[in-house]
Order: sequence, then structure tokens, then C-alpha cells
Amino acid sequence: MTQATGLAEAAAGPTLRERLARAVPIIVLAPSLLASFVYVFVFAIWTFYISLSNSSLLPSYGFVGFGHYATLWRNTRWKIAYSNLFLYSALYVTLAILVGLGLAIAIDQRVRGEAIWRTIFLYPLAVSFAVTGTVWAWLYSPNAGIEFLVRSLGWTDFTFRLTTDRNLAIYAIVATGIWQSSGFAMALFLAGLRSVDPDLVKAAQIDGAGPFRTYRKVIIPTIAPIFVAVAVVLLQFAIKTFDLVAALTQGGPGISTQFPANYVYDLMFQRGQIAEGAAGAMMMLAALAVVMVPYGLWLVWRRRRESGHG
Amino acid sequence: MVDATLKAIEADPAEALASRRYFLGRLGVYSFLSLFAFIYLLPLFVVVANSFRPLPEIIQNGLIGIPHSFSFGAWGQAWSSYCVSGTCEGMHRNFFNSLEMTIPATIISTMLGLMNGYILSKWRFPGSDLIFTCMTFGVFIPGQLSLLPWAFILGHVGLANTIGGLVLIHCVQGTSFTTLFCRNYYVGIPDDLIKAARIDGAGFWRIFFKIILPLSPPILIVSVIWQFTGIWNDYLFGVVFSSGRGQPITASLIGMASGGVNVRVYDVMSAAVLIGAIPPLLIYFFGGKYFVRGLTQGAIK
Amino acid sequence: MASLTISKLRKNFGPVDVLKGVDLEARTGEFIALVGPSGCGKSTLLAMIAGLETVSSGEIRIDGKLVNFVAPKDRDIAMVFQSYALYPTMTVRQNITFGMESRGVPRAQQDEAVKRVAALLQIEALLQRKPGQLSGGQRQRVAMGRALVRDPKLFLFDEPLSNLDAKLRVEMRSEIKRLHQRVGKTTIYVTHDQVEAMTLASRIAVMHRGELQQFAEPRQVYDRPANMFVAGFMGSPPMNFIPAKMANGEGTAIDVDQAGGTATLTLARPLSRPAADSIVFGVRPEHISPARENGAAKPGSATLKAIVELVEPTGAETMVGLRLAEREITGRFSPDDAPRVGETIAIAVDMTKSCLFDPKDERLIS
Repeated sequence: MTQATGLAEAAAGPTLRERLARAVPIIVLAPSLLASFVYVFVFAIWTFYISLSNSSLLPSYGFVGFGHYATLWRNTRWKIAYSNLFLYSALYVTLAILVGLGLAIAIDQRVRGEAIWRTIFLYPLAVSFAVTGTVWAWLYSPNAGIEFLVRSLGWTDFTFRLTTDRNLAIYAIVATGIWQSSGFAMALFLAGLRSVDPDLVKAAQIDGAGPFRTYRKVIIPTIAPIFVAVAVVLLQFAIKTFDLVAALTQGGPGISTQFPANYVYDLMFQRGQIAEGAAGAMMMLAALAVVMVPYGLWLVWRRRRESGHG
Repeated sequence: MVDATLKAIEADPAEALASRRYFLGRLGVYSFLSLFAFIYLLPLFVVVANSFRPLPEIIQNGLIGIPHSFSFGAWGQAWSSYCVSGTCEGMHRNFFNSLEMTIPATIISTMLGLMNGYILSKWRFPGSDLIFTCMTFGVFIPGQLSLLPWAFILGHVGLANTIGGLVLIHCVQGTSFTTLFCRNYYVGIPDDLIKAARIDGAGFWRIFFKIILPLSPPILIVSVIWQFTGIWNDYLFGVVFSSGRGQPITASLIGMASGGVNVRVYDVMSAAVLIGAIPPLLIYFFGGKYFVRGLTQGAIK
Repeated sequence: MASLTISKLRKNFGPVDVLKGVDLEARTGEFIALVGPSGCGKSTLLAMIAGLETVSSGEIRIDGKLVNFVAPKDRDIAMVFQSYALYPTMTVRQNITFGMESRGVPRAQQDEAVKRVAALLQIEALLQRKPGQLSGGQRQRVAMGRALVRDPKLFLFDEPLSNLDAKLRVEMRSEIKRLHQRVGKTTIYVTHDQVEAMTLASRIAVMHRGELQQFAEPRQVYDRPANMFVAGFMGSPPMNFIPAKMANGEGTAIDVDQAGGTATLTLARPLSRPAADSIVFGVRPEHISPARENGAAKPGSATLKAIVELVEPTGAETMVGLRLAEREITGRFSPDDAPRVGETIAIAVDMTKSCLFDPKDERLIS
């Protein structure tokens, strides 16, 4: 092989066929990638622009600045919606975690018929929030639901009218949300409890720790990351709450159970104020970002720390 | 066994205390679980029971009660004759709409997810991790953000107010989800397999069909189950992008349930709710463990 | 013509230089072992030969043909992976024929090839099983079968025995050697186990931090290591390194500190290049033995006094930890000569087998 031929070969590089073959993965990925990109970024940017425009019923592109955001925040309904969101998130996440953890620990006690218990607690996941809201609305109704039942059993003064009381309706939503989602928390906690190294538990037993202490000091700290994961997912659900409210209370009585998502829908499709609706949607995105961005950073930080030690 | 326990208790007071504590502990655990099981099952029981009780009985005895007599009329009505906002043909139209929407969207988004997951995990190229992160954002952003843009797009391509439009929406949004699942699953397949296949002369497609796909049944099932359930149970997009007869069943349920003003036709509505909820519930009962697997794999990422 | 030629090969992943200019060649039928600690670049080098990694600069030629841009399947190579990489959902037979099918080889030829290879490796009984049903050794053989059936110009092995337990490893090592003697294909074999390299290879390439340290026959690498790294890496337990000084200006003897003073040892060979005053004296444990008391010293041996600190009998021999002034060394004695802990004994060092290294660049001087 002469030097010249060798150089010529080296200069030729990969053939066209080889280049095409290497491009196949990217070509196949491209449509989904494009769709995803449009869906995630273009939509958000477009909605953002609409929130700054003078659109009312239909999109129009005159720029008006942040006026709609100001209008939004001056609006009582929006303020109630946002404060409902905070209250709901706090209660929903905390209690769903507690109930889920309790159920998981209970099942972890080597109870019999574990598969049955799990099936019972998890089936709400297969049900849509809309259906749940509808059925629980019936149960909450004073003249046919729980209040009716208890009264008919003899306690004639019993009242349980969450959904008809302005101040208590939000708690009906909280309770129903917890009913729907604690099974999810339970499933994740159960998986976590099962993944704890049994040697840790044995060591604690030898050290003399009783079951409560073992759970509190050894097992639960070990599954701490799961708490975070569950909390993050539940917070997401909370911020996106829409179906449940639409089904259970329709935002009422009055406007006492308004939620951001419902108000945004209202603005966009009932009142023909899409610019203000878009502003509301951006606020929802902001709320999500407040939850997801720190979580994402925390995940990256944790992974980096683990690979450093590994 | 009881005899033995009693004898043992008589023999040693410390042991007696311990076994009493143990017994109380078990009692406590089972009571706790049973209480919650009751709360969880109550709505299901109510709905099922009321779909078989005649309406007068429900109104008289309340929603929560054991059926005294059975009637199957509610089901027939819910399926084909119940009147909602003008049309009296029950929910069967909506049920089929849901099928028309959910099945194609599930299949397409799952297939795309498999493909994308394969590419992003086994054919790494510069930026593939960044692209994956961006694609996963799609799982988290709120639906409200995409309502206006979708309305715009569907209007322009002539899919407004059609099932086809909903299929498009759920395909695009679902693919983020399925890509996330599949990619995380495929990362567990050893890279050496791919290297060996490349040396053996297999290219992109051959590796996918002969090696990756045969290893995919678990994630395939998880993806199908989650997608079917999620798409069937969607309310927001159903209610925004379709109406009346054209709505999927979940979207139509709320309109139907809050439609009647004073006289609540509980029996028919219970049957209708069940018709809408049964497909995902069935999938849950038969695919239970895959449901959970999807949960634990997806959330703890 | 050489079967494989590698010239000035470099590889960097971003700012990290994994291979810093490697020159290597393999003659047809040779068995080359690429050996070195983790991270030395040997697996990357193998991947580049296979075409699974791109070349940053330099050339790879197989049978004279430049293959830098040739796809793995067109390079006429076969590879056995550490994890065997058997396709889990296919039977053994399908695993073996997968490559032939990809290339469109007619069915009759495929069947013949499978029969031939299965007989050679004695895996006929396993053809219908799936990898999950095979033992580690069986999977190894199937992986080799898959490689053999290609009848390639080059065999590449990537640490194939690391996943086996010790006993199986020794068995499979012999099988690989026997196979190579029968089939006679050029083989590049990556391993971190220097014993494997010594027993299997016709030439050993020792790598460290992306650079080729030495490329020579096993005997040469063992007896005349090119530098201290090679000397310390090959051989177990490793070579003893003792700091020493030149005893006189002519380079014929060295001064070594011993228990209670300094000894002057006469060198067996003249220095191949001039040395500074301080040098490193290297001697392998098996070349240290108790000095015979009857005074008849072996030609080429020198005596040192050392304190016995540790005695570890292994059955076939006894490892003795000795102390010379500040330096601890290891000796391999026969069990009958095992001393007692705490004794000061005289040891004989075989100077003909020892090495001298330059402490600054760690290369061999003599």
C-alpha cells in the first residue's frame, strides 16, 4: 500500500451510505422531537404572548404589556382561587402522605391478604377525578348522602353539609382529593419500605429499638427521598386541579371553591377573555416551576454527590 | 392453636404481656386497614348498588343503602335512552367516542414512546440527554397552557370539535409520557448487547425489531395501561375540544350529572358513571401489578 | 504483512486524553494481550479496533487496509464481551446465526457453520436453550461460538473471564489457549489479570494511562521490564523496589542499606547507559532465598542481612516479609526454609535476574 493511497483513503472519510446510516436515529426521532418542542416551548411562548396582547374572544396581537396580570390579581375570584390552591396543596399533600404512609406501614406488617388491601386502596387511581367528584358530590349532598344516612339511623341532628357551606366546601375538595391520591402515596411508600435493607432493621432490633422507634429513626429516614418524590407529584396534581372541582362543586357555592385552573377555563371559554385566561395559565406555570425547578436541581445535586462517593 | 397460646400465657406473665401486646397490635392494624377499606369502597358500593335500585327506593332510603329490590332498567336507559341537553340516546355514543379516541392515541403514543426511548437510550448523540429532559417537560406542564394553542391549531387543520383532534392532542402529549417511561426502562438493557449486534452486522432497525422489541413486553404493558387510563379519564380536553354527542364519555358525565336540576335521576346516573368508569377499572383489575410497576418506575426516577 | 497495524493512535473524549499515541502491530496468527490497570485505555483501544469508537487521530489497518471509517460489521472482526452479550430472547442457535442472517448467508451454509462451531466448542446439546438457562462457562463458550462462526481476520476479547469464579477462570483460560492453537486466528485479548496475559499471549502490550509501556514477549516483559510500572504490574507478588546508590564511578556495584549497615552488591551486567548516583534496585521475590551457610554462593548472587517480620505459608511456598533497614521487601522461600519471625537472616539475591531503574524517569537501566 503506497503512502499516497493511504492518504487518499484517510481523506475520503465515511461514505455517504455510512453517514446516512448514522443519521437514521435522528431522523426517526425528529417528528416526535419537533412535536414535543412545539408542544412544550412554542405553546408556552405563544400563550405568554397572548397574555400580553389585547385578545378578547379571539387572538389578536396588539401588545398591551402586563395589564392583564394586574387585572387578574385585582380580581377577587382569582385571589380566592389562589388562596384555595395554597390551602388545598398544604392539606392535600400533607394528609395524603400521612394516610399513604400509615396504610403502607400497616400493610408492611405482614398482614394477610395483602394483595386485596392493595387492590382496594389503589383502585381510585384508575378512576378519573371527574367520576370521583361526581360520586362524592352525591355522598356529600344533605338530602340523599351521608347526612341523610346518619339521620335515618337515628342521629336526627347530625349535619354534614360540606358542599353547601361556603366555608366548608373547600374541605370537601381536600377530603376527596386525599381519598383519590393516598393510594398512590401508599404504593410508593410500600415499595420504599420494602427496599430498606433488612440488616438495618435487624441492627436496630439488636440495639434494643422497639417498632415505633425503629420506624421513626431508621426506616423512615432511609426512605426520605420517596417523601420528596411523592410530595412533588402530589403538588403537581394539586396545581393542576380542575376535574375534581368541576365535578364536585363547580367552583361553588358561589365562588368559594374556585381554583386557578377552573377560573382560567372560565376566562378562556365562557367569558371570552382569553388574554386574561392566558395570564392565569402563565401563573399556573409559574407555580409549577416553583415546585419543579428546585426539585430538578436537587435531583441533579444528589446524583452528582452520589457519583462522587461511588 | 388457641389452647397452646392459652397454656403459654398461663406459664409466663412477661410472655403473656408480650403476646397480648402483639394481639392488640395486630387488632389495631387490621382495624385501621378495615376502616380505610370501608371508606375507600363506599363510593364504589354506592354507585354499583344504586345502578340496580329503582329510583323511588333511592329517593326514599337515601343513596347509601342496601338494595331492597333489583331493577336493571337504569342500565338500559343510561346506555341508549337517557336525555341530555336535547338528545335522548344515552351514553353509548359517548362510550364509542371514547374508544375511538383512546385506542388510536394509546397505540400511537406507545409506539412512538418505544421508538424514542430506544433512540434516546441506545443511540446517544451529542445533546440527546438535553433533548430527553426537554421532552420530559411535556409531562409536567399544565394543560391550561396548551388550550389556546391547540384551539388555534385544531381550527386551522379542520379538526376542531372532532375526535380526531382529541386523538392528535393525546398523541402529542402522551408521547412525552411514554418516552419517559420507555427510555428509563431501556437504559437497563446492557449496551454490550447493542455493540455485539452492531459487530454482527445489525443496523438500527434490525436491532430494534430483533433485540429491543422482544425485551419490551413489560414496559409495553405498563405504557398501554397508563396511557389508556389517562386518556380515557381525561376531562379537560374532552370538554374543551368537543361537545354534546361528540364528547368522550368522561367529559360528558359531568354535564349529565349536573344537568337535571332538582330531580336527580340517581339510578340512571349511577349506571352512566359505571359505564364510563368500567373500562379503566377493568384494566386495573387485570393489569394491577403493571399499574404499580409503572408508578414506582415513573415517579421514583 | 501484519494482520493488524496501529499507528500513532490517539483518542480523546472532550478534554480528556484516553489514548496518547499508541503504536502496535499484530502478525497473522499471533495472540496479543493488552494488559493494564483500569482506566489505562485498553478497552477503549479494543473498541476502536472494533469500530465501536471513533478515532481522534492515527490509523488502524487490518491486513493493510485502512479501516478508520469502516463500520464494525465490515471490518471482518469478531468480539467476545466481558458480559458475553448474548441475545437473551434468542436460542443459542439463533444467537450464533444472528450475524450470518444479517449478512444474508444462505440457510444451508448457516447450518453447516453452526454444526462446525458447535462441535469445536462442544455446545451441540445447548443449541435450543436460551442464555438464561446456561451456566457461566457455557455462556462463555456460546459467546466464543458466535465469534468463531464469522471466520474473521481478527478476534477481539474484552476481559472475557472476569465474570467467572477462580476455578472456572483457570479452566476457560486453558480452553481459550487450546482453541487458539487449533484455529490460529490473530487475537487481541484485553485483560487486567497479568497471569492471563502471561499464560495466553505470544506478545504482551502493557498499557498505563493511555500509553504503551512495553510490547514484547512474556519472558521479555517479565525479566526485562521496560520501566518500574511494568516491573511492578507483572508478577505476583510484585517486584521489590529498593533504593540504592552507585558504589563506585565505574558502575559495577551498588550500595544497599541492610539490617545493621550497608552492603555492596556486585552487578551481574554492565550498565546499558550511564546512571546518576541514586538508582532503584529491583528484584523479584522468587529471586530472594536464604543464603546457604556452607559458603558456596551461587555465581551472580549477593548477600544481604534482613530482619524477618512476617511469615505467610501458602502451601506450595512461604512468603516472607523482610526488613532491610527502612525498606520492607518480600521473599518467596520454599516451605522447608521458612525462618522465624524476629530472626535476622542472611538472604541471597540473584543478581543476574535483578533490574536497575532510574528513579527519575523510572526506566530500565540494566
